[in-house]
Amino acid sequence: MKALLKKTALAALIGLSAPTIASVAYVSNEKDNTLSVIDTETLKVIDTINVGARPRGILLSKDFTKLYICASDDDTVQVLDLATRKIIDNLPSGEDPEQFALHPNNKHLYVANEDDDIVTVVDVTTKVVLAQIDVGIEPEGVAVSPDGKWAVNTSETTSMLHWINTKTFKIEKNIVVGQRPRHVEFSKDSKIAWASAEIGGTVHIIDVDTLEQIHEMSFKVPGVNQDRVQPVGIELTSNGEYAFVALGPSNHVAVVDAKSYQVLDYLLVGSRVWQLDLNKDETQLYTTNGVSSDVSVIDLEGMKVIKSIKVGRYPWGVVIDPNS
Amino acid sequence: MFQAVSVIATLVCILSTAIPAAAADTVDVKIGYLQWIPDPGSILSNVLPEPEDAGLRGAELAIADNSTTGKFLGHNYALVSRLADSRQTTVDAFKALQKQGIELFVVNAPADTLLALMDNANADTLVFNAGAADDSLRTRECRNNLLHSVPSYAMLTDALNQWLRLRRWNEVFLITGSTQADVAWANAFRRSAKRFGIDIVEDRLWTFDADLRRTASRELPLFTQARDYDAVVVADVRGDFGEYVPFNTWLPRPVVGTQGMSPVAWHRVVESWGAAQLQSRFYDLAGRDMNDADYAAWAAMRSLGTAVTQVGSADAKSVRRLIFSDRFQLAAFKGRKLTYRQWNGQLRQPIPLVHPRGLVATAPFEGFIHPLTEMDTLGFDEPESTCRING
Repeated sequence: MKALLKKTALAALIGLSAPTIASVAYVSNEKDNTLSVIDTETLKVIDTINVGARPRGILLSKDFTKLYICASDDDTVQVLDLATRKIIDNLPSGEDPEQFALHPNNKHLYVANEDDDIVTVVDVTTKVVLAQIDVGIEPEGVAVSPDGKWAVNTSETTSMLHWINTKTFKIEKNIVVGQRPRHVEFSKDSKIAWASAEIGGTVHIIDVDTLEQIHEMSFKVPGVNQDRVQPVGIELTSNGEYAFVALGPSNHVAVVDAKSYQVLDYLLVGSRVWQLDLNKDETQLYTTNGVSSDVSVIDLEGMKVIKSIKVGRYPWGVVIDPNS
Repeated sequence: MFQAVSVIATLVCILSTAIPAAAADTVDVKIGYLQWIPDPGSILSNVLPEPEDAGLRGAELAIADNSTTGKFLGHNYALVSRLADSRQTTVDAFKALQKQGIELFVVNAPADTLLALMDNANADTLVFNAGAADDSLRTRECRNNLLHSVPSYAMLTDALNQWLRLRRWNEVFLITGSTQADVAWANAFRRSAKRFGIDIVEDRLWTFDADLRRTASRELPLFTQARDYDAVVVADVRGDFGEYVPFNTWLPRPVVGTQGMSPVAWHRVVESWGAAQLQSRFYDLAGRDMNDADYAAWAAMRSLGTAVTQVGSADAKSVRRLIFSDRFQLAAFKGRKLTYRQWNGQLRQPIPLVHPRGLVATAPFEGFIHPLTEMDTLGFDEPESTCRING
């Protein structure tokens, strides 16, 4: 009831044209060319937005006014205005953009161009391409450290982490990890990077000061063939307590103690779980499940899956707008 | 004589210019690729011809993939390819390349040529079979330094029979062509059928020699007359008459096997697990879709590249040791890490079941269990093979 009142008041403030009222999650549907918008209070899909072809990676601008969308088969990054839910611009992204990361300066977008083996850096304010950096085959995951020093790109077929200096746009270090590295996530203090290797079945913990691996995690989901345990998305709580690792076709998310790197639990979600995001107060974790075309919502207090929400076909990325 | 000689060194040079190496020592990795595809004879259903460079283009793509990884590590890859036109020229080319010091090979040739070539192999030479699906190479005719990236007929027919079982299409009508390969495929099918409890209610040889493009509609319904069956299975490896079987059967039943819905190593319609990227990389290189021969050559070359990346050396002995260690895992766009069987050197791999425009399913299927890995429900498991190439 309270929430409803808040919503109504907010709607009145913003005006009738603004559809954003409750806290919402955006989900990119790779095979539907749409975004699903989920109300995080009612856990229902409240809107579906048509976007470019094969939307995969999505992320929010640092001021939470825009959503950037990799429209892979349209070879562009689209800019969605969150207030109106309209595509307002396209950025020169290089070919086949899959994943990307935004520098804390809110300007430099690092885009992995999967088909061209490069990372493109584009200034989102001027739309100028600042650099194109040669990396390994099938660049996939991109992350920028919260302190802005490093951009890291994973190349899937080359099985490396490429460490790009964000001042010079040059690679300073290549770290060989397990087969098919997919995703990198930095700790909030920028000291530790977590990298998943899908086929290797491992998560690699990298010390950012020395750029050396300090730990390698593997996973054993009870009753699931080891081949099917394939780590993809990683999400860390900001208090440094937990890490969550999406384990692909094993259909589980691993709950990890982020200090000791011990797995605490495996939670059953939908089929082929890919990407993850936490809500604003970090009480819920959302997972995209590519094959079952739904989103699972995990309540972190009880560490339980509380709901699965049907979205479009092959949901890929999920971000929750903490400002809405 | 060689029909064509292509050396891919130029491509490798272009790729290796960009970025300074992260690692210390430079490693030169030279890989020989040999291909001989015998003329399949006159083919009836030759409406859509098979590409002549099948296999070679897969090897070329893989060497480019290897080189991109190699440039960060100071590993320089070179592909030396020879397209031969007989068994003898294949063996001669192999001997000549060994003399040049090459000890890593990928070979796309028939089984008898492959064995003739192995008889001339140096002790340390490592050869990947990327062309011969013959079961005998996995059960009896093994060589310690011969690995197989191409699935055996048994792996293909096990995949198909698992699926028949799953769908409860338990009674099938088998039509076998007249070539040696057709007979080998059909023998593999009979073994798999027994294994998975599929009943072959009719088992007939295709001996007609009329031109089916005129008369398929008249001959095939009569040929496939039987009391009842759930599906028709065609064993026609070179694609002679099989394309005319679908829709022309006596009973309205689906057609599976070498035509209709087929178990394959690879096909354009495979797109999950990042395969879409491999498909588009291949298309950019070759201007056509990637087929199973391309995939087998690609997987062999990438096995070598993956091993060299890990060992930091191109020494054939060390490469072989790594491939059979538990450190080896090949990421090959099939949704699982691929490894080689210790006893016969066969690359374990999921088998897609496809029709010309779509993917139907991918074997192995849930429910077919194995004490070690369900991947070993496809093909010859250790007790079924007399090979022990690792002792």
